[in-house]
Amino acid sequence: MPIQISPPSVQVLGARVAFGTVALFDGLDFDVPSGKWTCILGPSGVGKSTLLRVILGLEDGGGKTVVSCSDGLPLAPRAAFMAQRDMLFPWLSVLQNVTLGERLRGGDVNAGATRSRALNLLARVGLADAAEKLPNALSGGMRQRVALARTLMEDRPVLLMDEPFASLDAITRLRLQTLAAELLCDRTVLLVTHDPLEALRLGHRIHVLSGSPAYLDAGLEPPGNPPRSIGDPAILTMQGELLHQLDRAATA
Amino acid sequence: MMLRIGRLLGVLFGLVGLWQCIVWMTGAAHFILPSPSHVAAAWLRYDILILTHSITTATEIILGLLSGAVLGIVSALSLAYFRPARLWLMPVLVASQAIPVFALAPILVLWLGYGMVSKIAMAMLIIYFPVTTAFYDGLRRADPGLLELAQTMSAGRWATLCHVRVPGALPALASGLRVATAVAPIGAVVGEWVGSSAGLGHFMLLSNARMQVDVMFAALVTLAVLSVTLYSIVDTLLRRMIPWSPDTHPADD
Repeated sequence: MPIQISPPSVQVLGARVAFGTVALFDGLDFDVPSGKWTCILGPSGVGKSTLLRVILGLEDGGGKTVVSCSDGLPLAPRAAFMAQRDMLFPWLSVLQNVTLGERLRGGDVNAGATRSRALNLLARVGLADAAEKLPNALSGGMRQRVALARTLMEDRPVLLMDEPFASLDAITRLRLQTLAAELLCDRTVLLVTHDPLEALRLGHRIHVLSGSPAYLDAGLEPPGNPPRSIGDPAILTMQGELLHQLDRAATA
Repeated sequence: MMLRIGRLLGVLFGLVGLWQCIVWMTGAAHFILPSPSHVAAAWLRYDILILTHSITTATEIILGLLSGAVLGIVSALSLAYFRPARLWLMPVLVASQAIPVFALAPILVLWLGYGMVSKIAMAMLIIYFPVTTAFYDGLRRADPGLLELAQTMSAGRWATLCHVRVPGALPALASGLRVATAVAPIGAVVGEWVGSSAGLGHFMLLSNARMQVDVMFAALVTLAVLSVTLYSIVDTLLRRMIPWSPDTHPADD
């Protein structure tokens, strides 16, 4: 593993996306602190995914969104993206999917170091035996674990995750959350989700995105370090409060 | 495999039986509709000749198929990647289908001679369109999610083409190639009818002129067997080459 200097923090200023004349959000400002998990929680359709895509440069924010990193370098080449769908390439084996980034950048995917690192990551997500299988031979949870290994393989300091565990069953989701929290504890992570419990388990800081056009609240910082236990009464109380807040936002 | 062969034989027997029944019921003269036994006898009488002509026709079909596939793949790639190609090549592509091959055949024979080349050109022309449009559609319908992922991984244009668009378009290309394999014999045989010195079409033309309807049928059956064999070979190869493509059947739902 390369020696990690602390990852940059990310600052988003004046984020704006409009479809026609209707603005999803306008003038959103927020920070993603270095080496911490920041969660953005919000109901479906509020524009969480769009916000991530604007930050990544996949969607045109009308040129008004300013994304900057604490070290002054551009974000895009240093950010990895993990989506709700696993986005595995169906024609590549699990191992080839994990080394996809290297392949796309014209690197040598069969180099000993690349291969052993990929196999090591597969072992850490519990899929050492599946390396040669094709993705369609795997279950949804296994596929998402391959996607997690692929994201880790990129070894980028900043991670943007778009409900990466939403399509999984409850148990698999909890396990993957724990795994991701452990493997990504030193990265700058921005996770969007509609699940308050997920945000409370994983986030150092949680913002709620709601309204139309949407705005971010001041945010809250749950006690303790992620991954937090789901049995913790304080967490469960906070989950109740967040659910109320989301409910009020939806009916307002 | 055994089951497949058994089914094939069943269909074959059914068709031959139906054919024989029609001959019995209508009492058609043997120079109008020869019975299966007549045709079989004619085949055995001319076996070497028919096989020689079959080899010519098969060569024309296969070479036409290969060159048409290559041309179609190259066209689809240029259509997808160069805007001018889209503007200039598209009308040519559509025109190549609007003009019937039957009308073009005499000109091609005039230009390219009575030999194999004009027939290969005919087969190529007839399969060019299905291959190009199928592959072009596939290239355009690449999964946006995979494209975005490639973008976040700093993939260049060339890498995106090689690793995302082309592999993703292979199932569509396979559909185009299946259609091409089924229609390629039309191109070759029409070319042979119009003017040739060898091939099953040429042989059928001669038999027709001599009122040897049974011999003509023997050649026709040979052509059918040739086409079906070619199709199943291509289909099997394509399936092997794209093992990850989901192969579900509506009848199994």
